[in-house]
Amino acid sequence: MADALSVMGLGKRYPGFALSDVTFRLPEGYIMGFVGRNGAGKTTTIKCVLDMLDRDTGRVELFGREVGRDEVAVKQDIGVVFDQPFYPGTWTVAQVGEALRPFYTAWDAALFHRFLDRFALPRDKRVRELSRGMGMKLMLATALSHHARLLILDEPTSGLDPVARDDLLDVLADYITGGETSVLFSTHITADLDRIADYITLIDAGRVVFTGEKDDLADTYRVVHGGPDQLTDATRHCSIGLRRTDVGFSALVRSAEAAALPAGTTQEAPTIDDVLIHLAHEGEGR
Amino acid sequence: MRIVVTNSGEPIYRQIERQVARAVLAGEVRDGDPLPSIRQLARDLRVSVITTTRAYTELERQGFITTVPGKGCFAKTPSPVQVRDQFHGEVEARLREAVAAAWPAAMPAEELIAMLERILKEDDHG
Repeated sequence: MADALSVMGLGKRYPGFALSDVTFRLPEGYIMGFVGRNGAGKTTTIKCVLDMLDRDTGRVELFGREVGRDEVAVKQDIGVVFDQPFYPGTWTVAQVGEALRPFYTAWDAALFHRFLDRFALPRDKRVRELSRGMGMKLMLATALSHHARLLILDEPTSGLDPVARDDLLDVLADYITGGETSVLFSTHITADLDRIADYITLIDAGRVVFTGEKDDLADTYRVVHGGPDQLTDATRHCSIGLRRTDVGFSALVRSAEAAALPAGTTQEAPTIDDVLIHLAHEGEGR
Repeated sequence: MRIVVTNSGEPIYRQIERQVARAVLAGEVRDGDPLPSIRQLARDLRVSVITTTRAYTELERQGFITTVPGKGCFAKTPSPVQVRDQFHGEVEARLREAVAAAWPAAMPAEELIAMLERILKEDDHG
């Protein structure tokens, strides 16, 4: 299976923050959720992928071609959605479409207008007058109107109401139905991903802590709850991100080690949030 | 065919697998009837493509569907042996769960077997 996107050993250093050895691959035809809390390195990674930032180390390939070489041709195949529209506030919705047309050889004006209708975006409304949800939909309409093979969304749902988030998921589900298009979707709202994402890459403090099929994430770990007397040394030893109170504890445990835990503990499959939260707490040395 | 996905805790691919298998066993879909494609079903249920792929792979392995490359997926009436295997498989899975539940209680095998015999007897009378 060909990869839409492959990131290998990506590194980028800032004062006080470093992205180190970020590696993951997104096979063509699937949706990957790129998950981490604010400041984990999601946007930095995406900007390096899009060549908006120079990377210090590593390699990025889009559709098997290295980024930074085949620049213009590669960008034609990508649609990008950021959390805020990057068009001048005085432009109208219709003008945005007109302005973008010359940049894309495959720009499809009819498709753009179909998306404006689908999203109920008034053509004469100015960019600065758009609500947050409408601004996201305008970016989505432009990202989808030049027959991109890869859609990259950076926190598209932050600040959106549930209905607008649901609309977005619907569009993404439609987008990948053909099997040749792929989505990289960064978010800290993991409820959006629990069902629809095929792959998950979890990033914390600039490092990838998990990457792979979403189902493997749920199989790799167990969330364990128990009372104070079950918090034995053995339990403590295999606990990730242990949280304890007077009446009990909860922790993330690798599934392979979960069988050896004391009787009476309850174990359940983790949500993406569970994994994210416990790994982050572990990282903070709590 | 009706497929409903819920947040019951049962893995979603298992929910799909179970409902398609049931529809085939019940004759609700007949031999050779077309089924939704893996990607269409993922889209309709709003689940990941990997999830529906896993369900269909499992159904194909069990002989409930066939995939014709380039044409799609079709229902396949299972043989009586498959039907029996399917039920046996389910019973075995539940028995394994029961054994797993008995383990932390340090229940001896004889006691487990006695319990099963008692349940079977109750069932006979009911």
